[in-house]
Amino acid sequence: MGDVLIFAEHQGGHFPKTTLTAVNAGLELARKRGGNAIAVVAGDAPEGLAGEIAKYGVSKAVALTHASLKNYLADAHAAALASLVKKTGAEFVLATATAVGKDLAPRLAARLDAPMASEITAINDDGTYVRPMYAGNAMATIELDGPIKVITVRGTAFDAAKPAGNTAAVEKIDAEIDSAALKTEFVAFNQTKSDRPQLTEARIVVSGGRGLKSGDNFKTVLEPLVDEMGAAMGASRAAVDAGFVPNDLQVGQTGKVVAPELYVAVGISGAIQHLAGMKDSKIIVAINKDEEAPIFNVADYGLVADLFKAVPEMAEEVKKLKHS
Amino acid sequence: MKILVPIKRVPDPATTIRVLPDGSGIATDNVKWVINPFDEIAIEEALRIKEKQGGEVVLVTIGQSTWQEQLRTGLAMGADRAILVKSEAPLDTLAIARILAKIAADEKPELVLLGKQAIDDDSNQVGQMLAEMLGWPQATFASKVEFAGQKVTVTREVDGGLETIAFNLPAVVTTDLRLNEPRYASLPGIMKARKKELKEIPAESLGVNLAPKLRIKTLAAPPKRQAGKKVGSVQELVQVLHTEAKVI
Repeated sequence: MGDVLIFAEHQGGHFPKTTLTAVNAGLELARKRGGNAIAVVAGDAPEGLAGEIAKYGVSKAVALTHASLKNYLADAHAAALASLVKKTGAEFVLATATAVGKDLAPRLAARLDAPMASEITAINDDGTYVRPMYAGNAMATIELDGPIKVITVRGTAFDAAKPAGNTAAVEKIDAEIDSAALKTEFVAFNQTKSDRPQLTEARIVVSGGRGLKSGDNFKTVLEPLVDEMGAAMGASRAAVDAGFVPNDLQVGQTGKVVAPELYVAVGISGAIQHLAGMKDSKIIVAINKDEEAPIFNVADYGLVADLFKAVPEMAEEVKKLKHS
Repeated sequence: MKILVPIKRVPDPATTIRVLPDGSGIATDNVKWVINPFDEIAIEEALRIKEKQGGEVVLVTIGQSTWQEQLRTGLAMGADRAILVKSEAPLDTLAIARILAKIAADEKPELVLLGKQAIDDDSNQVGQMLAEMLGWPQATFASKVEFAGQKVTVTREVDGGLETIAFNLPAVVTTDLRLNEPRYASLPGIMKARKKELKEIPAESLGVNLAPKLRIKTLAAPPKRQAGKKVGSVQELVQVLHTEAKVI
């Protein structure tokens, strides 16, 4: 009763920060519901990674092993996790609402006939959860019924777990998967190459909108500021739709949700759907030539200016500051 | 190819959402109701597939009789017929998926195409749940869908870029923003839509478990940000960020 299985997503042999967030949220959930927090690393040879996650305060780390788990695919992973839930008698499965978490958790929930709370921002003591609805314009308090519940957490709503100073036991479990029932083939992953910090992990995010007018301008005008600030780069939906930048830069209700210490919105008008992705940032700056732009309603500091002048100027000023 | 497209009625994305003082829901007096934008993209994709390969596009929605309006819009875009599963009681995503699974079992589509999430609920669950209940492959957040006979190759928008997966029909695909740009219903389309079949069936008649396992207890407005200030120059901006906000 109360045991939490934490899905520890990994890519390229390491854990993204979002996985440490899941661990921390899982530890909180286990504490509040009176159970153990068990990290689960799925893969074809996940023992090393399981040993790594075992250092973050969980009671146990499971290396869920099977050849079919080599690449992430929903059907294989849902089958493997579902049998692990049944085997361990866990009450909760928790993951961060990353692209993988969002793809996997509902399929797992249906397999277990379990209700699922998507992208929660808080775990209440009374057994309820809080999650955003209507692009974050309403916060819903919800309750889940049944012996098993599936939960994904918003990555920006919980801190990342820190090393606990000890290492929990690692248990290798062979996943029970009916390989003949698997129907999906992984073909390719076209990763957007970047040396910049990850959008969901950076302390500073500088985002560009339609005001930049072209992908070239993103490179020549915005990127120098992004790099001078050591920031991650984001974009509005309009900029992505127009083909200025790749899709994985989109910040918003249906893109990435970020909450950095500093968010600089350049040439972004501030549609409700964009705000949904960044309004929890600590400090928001807006640079826009339209003083009526809705973005100024959420900005702590607003500069009404032509971005093509202001942004290069700002890069210069930041550079001066760094060397002063 | 027969394509089933589940759609949902939601408030227009530009609506200013106001939570009712008692937390029981949102104010609906100023709401314009539309087809969930992601479901519109699904209808469009289904129509394009039908235009290329032939077949039938069947819409289904689960809600009140007034939701006929959205089904008629979809029929006006070019869908062939529609099903309205009537339900007054609130249904959770599991119940919605069970209803759709039953409809799919009756209709036997080769493809179920639906939006990745409804912009009111933002749950992003139904497509995945439905795929599991049917035992079909799923491809979520699709930005491109290609066919070669029974084989489907889908490009998906994921965290670090674009992922491609492949599987055979039948399957469930959920749509993302850049899959296509939906057409507007034409006037001839609107006229034709009036004569297309729109069947209403009560949810209870489907024989699936409708009892909710997820309940919304209350809604609250999110914390409001304090109003900020305008700065007069880039120099001033960098100064305040350094000395006042202390973020650089």
